[in-house]
Amino acid sequence: MGADESTPAPIDAVPLRHPWRWVGATVILVLFGLFLYGAATNPAYGWSTYRDYLFNDRILLGVVNTLQLTVYSMVLGIVLGVMVSVMRLSPNPVFRSVSWVYLWVFRGTPIYVQLVFWGLIPVIYQNVQLGVPFGPSLFHMNLQALSIPFLLSVLGLGLNEAAYMAEIVRAGITSVPEGQSEASTALGMSWTMTMRRTVLPQAMRVIIPPTGNEVISMLKTTSLVTAVPYSYDLFSISMREIAARTFEPVPMLMVAATWYLLATSILMVGQYYLERYFSRGSSRTLTSKQLEALAKAQTDAGHV
Amino acid sequence: MTTPETASTPMVRAERVCKDFGALKVLKGVTLEVDRGQVLVLVGPSGSGKSTFLRCINHLENVTAGRLYVDGELVGYREGHDKLFEMAPRDAAKQRRDIGMVFQHFNLFPHRTALDNIVEAPIHVKKVKKAAALERARDLLNQVGLSDKAEAYPAQLSGGQQQRVAIARALAMDPKLMLFDEPTSALDPELVGEVLNVMKKLAGEGMTMVVVTHEMGFAREVADELVFMDGGVIVENGPPRDVLGNPQHDRTKAFLSKVM
Repeated sequence: MGADESTPAPIDAVPLRHPWRWVGATVILVLFGLFLYGAATNPAYGWSTYRDYLFNDRILLGVVNTLQLTVYSMVLGIVLGVMVSVMRLSPNPVFRSVSWVYLWVFRGTPIYVQLVFWGLIPVIYQNVQLGVPFGPSLFHMNLQALSIPFLLSVLGLGLNEAAYMAEIVRAGITSVPEGQSEASTALGMSWTMTMRRTVLPQAMRVIIPPTGNEVISMLKTTSLVTAVPYSYDLFSISMREIAARTFEPVPMLMVAATWYLLATSILMVGQYYLERYFSRGSSRTLTSKQLEALAKAQTDAGHV
Repeated sequence: MTTPETASTPMVRAERVCKDFGALKVLKGVTLEVDRGQVLVLVGPSGSGKSTFLRCINHLENVTAGRLYVDGELVGYREGHDKLFEMAPRDAAKQRRDIGMVFQHFNLFPHRTALDNIVEAPIHVKKVKKAAALERARDLLNQVGLSDKAEAYPAQLSGGQQQRVAIARALAMDPKLMLFDEPTSALDPELVGEVLNVMKKLAGEGMTMVVVTHEMGFAREVADELVFMDGGVIVENGPPRDVLGNPQHDRTKAFLSKVM
């Protein structure tokens, strides 16, 4: 209706000024500068040691081991956690009870206690046998002969994580409206397929942000595997191995902190992309491609 | 239209169907039949049990007394010699495949595009080849007048468009019976017409339909049979012209005077 001549000029208002923001930012910058200056000139930080050890082979080995511990135990935790939470919501009372007991035990005891326990497994169960009860043995393994602290650490961290992941997944599943599973059921889907194709993909939007937290938290919790004892993760190598020898804990702490920070930063980027992927369809906002198409349609219509 | 032998079995046969949720009795003996190609419209005040009855037909709710048959087959139970056996979930799911359902709040899958919503069940439940399912889905979208919205997510569609996609999604399973649970109640008045038009077209093509609605105009125009329910029982039923034009019961008169 509105012809081009009557289109009003775009608004060109003076933006609201925020002087106090500038003042605040300046104060913080000055304080931060002072802190940096102090840290750089304080010999206790031992920056030359920091430089010497930042890319040390042992430290890099620790980084790789810490990342491996994180990834393996998180994968175990997520897979098991999804299973436990789906079991908890299943119509089958056997599954429900099993998952309840699992949560009760693994959330109810400290992770440190659990890790010590896993470390003692070879002492408690010296031999593993597979066979017919009171009959012949088909498979036999001597646990004490194996060196498996890494495996036990992954097991300990992963099983504990599963209990927490299960609650996160459950929150996600219950956030999906009931109509979704009803519609799936009405289309003839089984309960399992409804979970897998309709409910879990929608629950992901709620599950991912806290899972990102869990990954970052796991990266740092790996420093507890010394309880197993496993001593080749980043923290154990930098503090118990190197700093104990050089008597310079502060620069070694800074080295460890640097690598932990770098790893968590990379994880945060990954989380951003995962969140973006699983939020598709959740908002009316059009993608830039769709906006372009609409604008084009509008101008085309305008010219005709 | 139909062969004599299939015409003899009604599509839906309800014999004194009762449903209670604990102490609450929602259905107190509903008896009715829907023949092939017939459109039955259920009306009544909220809480009258019409939606519950609809949900019993595809076993979203289980019947607590009486018998309910779809296409001659008992719904949700298996008949033994003198006992009924609860049906395995797998078999109940198989029964539902042939019954399409459209919900008041559409219940489209928000994480899938319109097209993916439609092909979801054919591909994963019926194991139709992907290419064939996609072709059928585009055809169905065209039928409901949304061929340009194939790639849109539900949140980007209006309510009327979403409901038309939901109808296409149900039709993609080639159902022998379609259930509509207040399909236009959540829509802006402006958008009701587009959904009703799709339903009218469907009825014209001979689809057997059971519709719960408050759209009396639709009922008058399309229904072969109108059922007025209240308090879990059928108060009055018959051709819509008779029930709407000349209601026999006071309860029906009172209800119709409010909605017409």
